[in-house]
Amino acid sequence: MHANRPIRARLLVTLTTFGAVLLGAVIVAPLWGSASISLTRAFNGAIPFADNVDAQIFFIARLPRVVAAALVGAALAAAGAVFQALLRNPLATPDTLGVSSGAALGAMLALTFDLDLRVAGIPSVPVASLAGSLGALCIVYALATARRRGLSTTVLLLAGVTMTAFFSALILFTQYLADFTDTFRTVRWLMGMLDIGGYGPILGVLPVLAVAFGLFATLPRPLDLISLGADAAAARGVDVLRAERAALISASLATGAAVSISGPIAFVGLVVPHLVRLLVGSDHRLVLPASALFGGAFLIGCDVVARTLLAPVEIPVGMVTALIGGPFFLWILIRRT
Amino acid sequence: MLTASDLTFAYPRAKDRAVERVSLSVGTGESVALLGPNGSGKTTLLKLLAGALQPSHGVVTLEGRSIRDWSRRDVARRIAFVPQETFAPFDFSVLDIVLMGRFPHLGAFALEGPADLAIAREALAATSTDAFEHRTFSTLSGGEKQRVVIASALAQSPTLMLLDEPTASLDVGHQFDVQVLLGGLNRRGVTMVVSTHDLNFAAALCQHLVLLRNGRVIASGPTSHVLTADNVRALYDVEADVRLHERTGRLTVTPVGRA
Repeated sequence: MHANRPIRARLLVTLTTFGAVLLGAVIVAPLWGSASISLTRAFNGAIPFADNVDAQIFFIARLPRVVAAALVGAALAAAGAVFQALLRNPLATPDTLGVSSGAALGAMLALTFDLDLRVAGIPSVPVASLAGSLGALCIVYALATARRRGLSTTVLLLAGVTMTAFFSALILFTQYLADFTDTFRTVRWLMGMLDIGGYGPILGVLPVLAVAFGLFATLPRPLDLISLGADAAAARGVDVLRAERAALISASLATGAAVSISGPIAFVGLVVPHLVRLLVGSDHRLVLPASALFGGAFLIGCDVVARTLLAPVEIPVGMVTALIGGPFFLWILIRRT
Repeated sequence: MLTASDLTFAYPRAKDRAVERVSLSVGTGESVALLGPNGSGKTTLLKLLAGALQPSHGVVTLEGRSIRDWSRRDVARRIAFVPQETFAPFDFSVLDIVLMGRFPHLGAFALEGPADLAIAREALAATSTDAFEHRTFSTLSGGEKQRVVIASALAQSPTLMLLDEPTASLDVGHQFDVQVLLGGLNRRGVTMVVSTHDLNFAAALCQHLVLLRNGRVIASGPTSHVLTADNVRALYDVEADVRLHERTGRLTVTPVGRA
């Protein structure tokens, strides 16, 4: 699909291929677990739902977790692709810009101190984590634009790394103040986990994700042009300032929403867009949707590994992505120098 | 077709104005060179002319209307800007890069169709880059990259091209290729404004010169009138011989000492 075909055909192939991969993952992943279930029985409409144990396990016990993995993976991967294009830097991700840790700090504060921050039907933890991700972004963005005209990506990345360390210290401080049971709960949450126990946490942030993905849809072509230089993009008719803001806000919203569901899950925003670019090329009209679809499938896969590797013990999915992502990050670093 | 009157621009937090009270006029089919030492405001002036920067004072007029009254896309359908250097952080193919030139001609969610592809291929042929349309842009040499970016600008179907030091960092062979390419485009009716440090390149390519120093125009007019030893001294503080070259019949400039 990399080849010499018109964009329309490449887009169609990309969407169907990656869409099929994600759909397959969503259907197959719930079959893994301590009790084995049959897919045909779970989808057998002839048996009433109340009597269909396989369907109950599939739809109530396991599917929410898989859907959460799909949404979190999609949001983080798409946000990563957007940050990389906007900052013209393949190492830019929600993690390296401090946006994830800002979201984590917000969510931690809400969890630890039981803050009531509900806004327009969105529960407290997502609201706090969105505030954290946007707040972190504003600080980092202000620092990166303070010294000169336009965005300094070097300053942005260094500020991101610094803010990540700073937020981590605040997270530790929050834990230090919390009581023991809270600490255990939040430590597990900070490792990144998808054990959400129902559809509630997903429904709470669905409107936010919808806004983020709606904004993403307007970005691919402007991002292609901006990745070659802001002034050149402006001279081609791109409203650079508006595109930059839409990109930063949507990627931060997506990150904040994802972190509020699962805790911070590192490296998805780095690994997935790079793998996708190897497969579909660099055109963001292909990279963005493919990253979202493949990001969902990737995190579902990582979560299956997390659930089954040391079964019956579950390891946090964030550890699985970090074990894959760390070496991958170094590989990109070496490949580019 | 493009005029600038009394343009003034300062970058935020900068002490000095990058461009001060600059006026110039570019007629259809002309080619104009912007000359001046480093930091004299050439690049800023090009970006002002492209509408990528907004002047704090003065106005750029395109086809009789202030450029502020044009939409970005409408400007980009007429004016193409070629930056001094283009760095691609991702592995775009040459064809990908050239197709991006079609952006101002497409709606927000429209994809390039066969007509756009045909225009892109024409631009590739015009710049002799069609042989490597599938190669990765970032692996090309400096000269090849510059030609591809010019092809991308051509794919915008512009009537005016603004080029920022198109031959900087190119070897003599590639400089000559770019000079021949731009000369050919100009003869085919593309109006050009080119900033450059290469006086001989400017003399070969452009009928008009605008000399900038410290953001101000110190001289402008037809090349044969403006390219004089006095003006070279005023511009660069250099004593130079300015002579007609025997074989090309063009003015050539040879620096001989510091003024």
